Amino acid sequence: MSIYLNKDSKIIVQGITGGMGAKHTALMLDSGAQIVGGVNARKAGTTVSHKDASGADVELPVFGTVSEAIKETGANVSVLFVPPAFTKDAAIEAIDAEMPLIVVITEGVPVQDTAEVWSYLQGKSTRMIGPNCPGIITPGESLAGITPHTIAGKGPVGLVSKSGTLTYQMMYELRDFGFSTAIGIGGDPIVGTTHIDALQAFEEDPETKVIVMIGEIGGDAEERAADYIKANITKPVVGYVAGFTAPEGKTMGHAGAIVSGSAGTAQAKKDALEAVGVKVGKTPSETAALAREILQSL
Amino acid sequence: MDLMEYQAKELFAKHGVATTLGTVVETAEEARAAAEQIGGVTVIKAQVKAGGRGKAGGVKLAKTADEAFEHASNILGMEIKGLTVNRVLVTPATPPEEEYYFSFLLDRSNRQYLCIASVEGGVEIEEVAKTNPDAVKKIGIDPGKGVDAAKAREIATEAKFPEAVFEQAVKMIEDLYKVFVEEDATLVEVNPLARLAGDKLEALDGKVSLDENASEVRHPEHEEFEIREEADPLEAKAKDLGLNYVKLDGQVGIIGNGAGLVMSTLDVVAYAGENHGGVKPANFLDIGGGANAQVMANGLDVILNDEQVKSVFVNVFGGITACDEVANGIKGALELLGDKATKPLVVRLDGNNVEQGRAILNELNHPLVTQVDTMDGAADKAAELANA
Repeated sequence: MSIYLNKDSKIIVQGITGGMGAKHTALMLDSGAQIVGGVNARKAGTTVSHKDASGADVELPVFGTVSEAIKETGANVSVLFVPPAFTKDAAIEAIDAEMPLIVVITEGVPVQDTAEVWSYLQGKSTRMIGPNCPGIITPGESLAGITPHTIAGKGPVGLVSKSGTLTYQMMYELRDFGFSTAIGIGGDPIVGTTHIDALQAFEEDPETKVIVMIGEIGGDAEERAADYIKANITKPVVGYVAGFTAPEGKTMGHAGAIVSGSAGTAQAKKDALEAVGVKVGKTPSETAALAREILQSL
Repeated sequence: MDLMEYQAKELFAKHGVATTLGTVVETAEEARAAAEQIGGVTVIKAQVKAGGRGKAGGVKLAKTADEAFEHASNILGMEIKGLTVNRVLVTPATPPEEEYYFSFLLDRSNRQYLCIASVEGGVEIEEVAKTNPDAVKKIGIDPGKGVDAAKAREIATEAKFPEAVFEQAVKMIEDLYKVFVEEDATLVEVNPLARLAGDKLEALDGKVSLDENASEVRHPEHEEFEIREEADPLEAKAKDLGLNYVKLDGQVGIIGNGAGLVMSTLDVVAYAGENHGGVKPANFLDIGGGANAQVMANGLDVILNDEQVKSVFVNVFGGITACDEVANGIKGALELLGDKATKPLVVRLDGNNVEQGRAILNELNHPLVTQVDTMDGAADKAAELANA
């Protein structure tokens, strides 16, 4: 078991012919994920050559539209490596095609575009992860995104994080236990899948025994997650929050990572999580140690 | 990107929002000339990206041009919340008969836009929100639907704009929403929105924050709002080099990959500093996947130019990027910098190809470079060196 993504997931890549798209299509194939094709309206009808996990040659079809790709391949996941100016249209196309899961890797999407996509998505069947995220990995089964599949294998830890490299760092720290699914939800002010969504899914996933949640400054997603944990989560949750030293009013790399006045501070997030019984580490290593303690006692 | 008042007002005027632009000047002499030209009583307003300008003494009424000169002399060079005032705005004094508050902003929590309006408004809106919360109306805006004439009317009704200015308010709400969406703002605020003599509605002040992602994608014209001399010189240099850098007040320079990891690195260094004389991180610098020598050299160049920096912590987790590439990047950067590299470097590499990466640096055996295997341990070493 896992959340959102498993060995049966059939993935297409929107932007498969671009630099990032091609590079990560190769890496996703190498992880053993089922990549079944891609979309680029200008290169419809062509194919792209790659190797699968066993090293065998594969020719992936390039379709003109997402609907066509779904019809021909039965794809149920789309990963978007589309430049920021075109991300909104690409996401809306996938939503219109009723793609069950879209994973938007693109960094630099105008936040009003994301707000419009989020509004458009209401009442429709699509789940969006991202934008500005590393995507999602269910080790040993599938990968929709850019997380290196070699860091850690399958196991009982469910990980949800705003940050890519902190996801990798945490997977590395706990690689001897492994992960049910690790999901990077993205560092933008508005994202499609939140900490709360992932917490709920991990709670329902029998394979997940411990949840590690990584947050960072900006917004109130962590505070809201704390309320949600109190009311709904029975599994142990370990937390980490980055950005204690971030000055007010400065964007720290991620578009959403900004302390505005007294709102969105790391301290407020840590306090909120600890108030509901979440153990929060001071550093990534200390956080991993807290998770390790719980895992060893299971 | 936060705009100054006069820049915000330029955007207001561009989209038909009633406002008075006034004249922006950089010397007291120019302020006198501007006041003379405007005639009558003028207001001299400090232009800095900070609230509370009035309280800090950065906004003064001038009855004559000589008074305008005097006030401008005092205000120019003044520090408001750590920011030096380099320019003042001279506008005609238009005493408001009533003051209101109005804003559109990005509502992260609800993943939509929010309109906040109050006819009890005026400058202390936070105070009004506390003492009389019913007087502050918050109205959610669906980004898919936006604000048309009907919605603007709904907002104006809800906010209880007085009849005498109601139709002007409806138009202004529509126009302010145009500023919000057409300029890709995350905040458009008018405080005060004033009813002047003759029931004329006007934006007397303005605050606009622009989404930098959107400016990059579709608003090249926003670049003119950047005022280079206001930026920290190291931040300006980093920006020219395409680096994601924020200057802080500390002694340990930081280079890392990925925004989250770098933020975390700053925290870990600050904790370690508690045991080493209170040293702090000197900056945020995310080189992303950029492992190559040039990016690393550019990053080191910026950090080593920070006179406060005593040591540098390079913290890289090899994900997609392999550690041997990063190690070669550091090696190449040290070669590129030559004699300019003068401060100790603590390097922590982990992840993909870590053994090869560490071997490259061991072999290099550079006198300035110390390798430590863990992030916490490396932070401690870097703090120790900064305190030496």
